[in-house]
Amino acid sequence: MAKPKLKEHHIEREWCKGCGICIEFCPKNVLELDEKDKAVAVRLEDCIACRMCELRCPDLAIEVIVQE
Amino acid sequence: MAVRDYLRERFFPHMWCPGCGHGTILGALLRAVESLGLKKSEMVMVSGIGCSSRISGYVDFHTLHTLHGRALAFATGVKLSRPEVKLMVPMGDGDALAIGGNHFIHAARRNIDMTAIVMNNRIYGMTGGQYSPLTGYGALATTAPYRNIDHGFDVVTLASAAGATFVARTTAYHVQQAKDILQKAIAHKGFSVVEILSQCPTYFGRKNRMGSAVDMLRWFKENTTKIGSKAKAENPDLIERGIFVEKQLPEYCSEYDKVLERAQSGGS
Ligand SMILES: Cc1ncc(C[n+]2csc(CCOP(=O)(O)OP(=O)(O)O)c2C)c(N)n1
Ligand code: SF4
Repeated sequence: MAKPKLKEHHIEREWCKGCGICIEFCPKNVLELDEKDKAVAVRLEDCIACRMCELRCPDLAIEVIVQE
Repeated sequence: MAVRDYLRERFFPHMWCPGCGHGTILGALLRAVESLGLKKSEMVMVSGIGCSSRISGYVDFHTLHTLHGRALAFATGVKLSRPEVKLMVPMGDGDALAIGGNHFIHAARRNIDMTAIVMNNRIYGMTGGQYSPLTGYGALATTAPYRNIDHGFDVVTLASAAGATFVARTTAYHVQQAKDILQKAIAHKGFSVVEILSQCPTYFGRKNRMGSAVDMLRWFKENTTKIGSKAKAENPDLIERGIFVEKQLPEYCSEYDKVLERAQSGGS
């Protein structure tokens, strides 16, 4: 099976409470909190689409969408 | 079906505090349900009262939000009247093992087909951080300002001794394992118990100076290990994760059907 390749992170800003779990446990340091304390994916080229941010997000706010 | 299709999105953002592990458990449960290909209409979630119990409001299955500690009793009624549906009963540690302790051991003893999920944050979150039967010796709580002198239950040992035919433990850090275990527990025919250590940064974390939700997740990572690991032999204080019991015994609804048959045929 080919490695999944990132298309985009769909982040539901209204749902994100800014706990920082996705940021801390991303193995590639892809995410950050913006000035409103909401998660944003900033280093997209580093993302390996492992979905750890999506699985751990307590707010169910992140979806990692991969290329078909 | 996508995971989000199982949610009642109109109630989001949810009511849990920032970083609360209960939301991560909800996510793992939905992924388990999705992998099993279950339809919304063939699942019933029954919960009691507590932050954890609010989970039933967020899933778009049949749901029943009942009384503190009594979720398993209501679930037993649902299961006996509709044995074909999948029953899921998420509970807080107080809900499951303080006020609901008797229901818990007797549901396990009967081996009725349902999945009990103990969302163990070692505290009463909803009512302000009182100690629970899982707080453990030496920990701090609003009602134990000079440290708790009660010893905690071991949920795995308790459920196994009471007769549960599937018993497992994991944490809100180990999300892949949480999903895999929940999937097996839901598929299991009989009473399954899944304890998931969850972080309450607002009460347990703050009282016990454990830092942020991130720090509490790191604690789960560093203080747990796979069942039977070398690390456990070297450090007996580590908490084991994995499936402890998985066996087949006659299930309660099937046995009840046999009672009906015997009664109707006049035999014994
Ligand atoms: C019969 C009854 N007794 C007491 C309460 C008050 N009460 C509400 S939630 C709760 C405990 C919640 O703790 P837990 O079950 O561990 O869940 P958490 O909130 O930590 O997720 C208590 C004592 C109640 N609602 N009903
Ligand atoms: S009080 Fe604790 S258990 Fe309740 S929502 Fe907040 S963090 Fe979660």
